[in-house]
Amino acid sequence: MSGTDGVVASGRAAAPADALRLEGVHKSFGRLEVLRGIDLAVAEHEVVCLIGSSGSGKSTLLRCVNLLEPIDAGRIHVLGTEITGRGVDVDSVRRRIGIVFQSFNLFPHMTVLRNVTLAPRKVLGLPAAEADARCEELLVRFGLADKRDWFPDRLSGGQQQRVAIVRALAMQPELLLLDEITSALDPELVSEVLDVIRELAAGGMTMVLATHEMGFAREIASRVCFLDGGLVLEQGSPAQIFADPQEERTRQFLKRIVDAGRL
Amino acid sequence: MIVVVIVNSPGWPAVRRAFFDGHEFTSSLPEISRAFLTNVEIFCIAEGFILVVGLAIAVMRSLPGPVFFPIRALAILYADIFRGIPTILVIYILGFGAPALQLSWLPTSTVVWGIVGLVLIYSAYVSEVYRAGIDSVHPSQDAAARSLGLSRSQSMRHVVLPQAVRRVVPPLLNDFIGLQKDTALIALLGTVEAFRQSQIDVAATFNFTPYLATALLFVAITIPLARFTDWLLNRDRRRRQSAGALG
Ligand SMILES: Nc1ncnc2c1ncn2[C@@H]1O[C@H](COP(=O)(O)OP(=O)(O)OP(=O)(O)O)[C@@H](O)[C@H]1O
Ligand SMILES: [Mg+2]
Repeated sequence: MSGTDGVVASGRAAAPADALRLEGVHKSFGRLEVLRGIDLAVAEHEVVCLIGSSGSGKSTLLRCVNLLEPIDAGRIHVLGTEITGRGVDVDSVRRRIGIVFQSFNLFPHMTVLRNVTLAPRKVLGLPAAEADARCEELLVRFGLADKRDWFPDRLSGGQQQRVAIVRALAMQPELLLLDEITSALDPELVSEVLDVIRELAAGGMTMVLATHEMGFAREIASRVCFLDGGLVLEQGSPAQIFADPQEERTRQFLKRIVDAGRL
Repeated sequence: MIVVVIVNSPGWPAVRRAFFDGHEFTSSLPEISRAFLTNVEIFCIAEGFILVVGLAIAVMRSLPGPVFFPIRALAILYADIFRGIPTILVIYILGFGAPALQLSWLPTSTVVWGIVGLVLIYSAYVSEVYRAGIDSVHPSQDAAARSLGLSRSQSMRHVVLPQAVRRVVPPLLNDFIGLQKDTALIALLGTVEAFRQSQIDVAATFNFTPYLATALLFVAITIPLARFTDWLLNRDRRRRQSAGALG
């Protein structure tokens, strides 16, 4: 079904350092089969970029890893623990995995600081003072200190997205999922968000990101995965995927991107 | 226009005497006002329960998945039944039926049964209002909360409900006003509240001005209620904007 990818994935599976491992993950919406046996392993500190045309299932894949969508078949392991088995505590899994969405999804009725401290306080049970201290440190680090008492609707898109990233980081996740986090931004705001991701990558954060920013993927990814037809059709280093793709479908996809002037 | 027609109608002098008698007005007002406090009391007690029961029903209806089907079904049945029966029937059935059971542990006070009736009816309406509010919060808000590790109920409590309730304040106020008026129905059980008191006054003097006094009292309480809601909504908007501008 997924041929060589499966072998590669299970070969890597033996290593205990896998932060994330997917085995034969299937997901359908009604009669539409979006994921048709995804095999993927992500080592700790790796930055994996998912590329593929619109509708290829990048968002669905990330949502499945975070258990926002139940999968139909297959297995997902996070840091050695299977999270798709029966009786798994969904909330405790999500505590360890951060996700940032294309549309920010900040809580509009809370200030920036409350957005960021909500989960540390309610989920981890930190006292308010301690949560505030932890979160303000993060806000300072990402240049948002002066925005702590603002409500989201007064922030620019770039600021909102950085708050969303800080909100995910406040839970000190072991794995960060980023779903096209710059797609909803004006071009001049993209770089301030990408800077944040660069810094996180340099700090060793394990990340899986779906992106249409090929230039950024080439710069930051340890590995690039091309999704097509519900499978990881091809994966490799950015140099290999972008300069010397093996699959015809990958070549077509990249050619379309180049023609659109996005690479 | 309507005023002109009424004032020039042949029966107007008689109506004016019967309904707009200054002396009757001032003499009946104190007693009716005192009785009206009973309405306010009934209203406040009932409203407190309605806000809680209505919310509980709405939350029950929003529970997902097949596991919660029986709870959802019960909540739906409840809302359908109590929105269907005329308020006056529920109050009659409870007010005369429940005490007639002669169970010693049941309260016999008609006021209590009147309040129970109002709570049952209005909770059904208010639950629909809450539900519309919950549905209007985009699912991505819940997804964001759950992805941070918040449980279903934590997400409901801290993320979905605060946004939902804010949006339904105006329709909730409509139901408040309806409830305020319907407190007069408890008169049917013999409780002396404002409307019943005015009936007594009218029966004694054959002048209808006490009805007008009662009507004015009801209006006097709904207007501040409406202005209060406007104020709440405005304050919320201002607070959000100024926090952004100053911060
Ligand atoms: N909740 C859902 N219900 C039904 N169909 C869905 C749902 N979510 C996604 N889909 C469908 O699944 C397919 C994959 O969607 P997905 O959002 O994962 O693609 P994507 O690769 O992220 O695309 P894009 O690059 O446009 O973000 C699409 O055809 C989409 O219409
Ligand atoms: Mg997507």
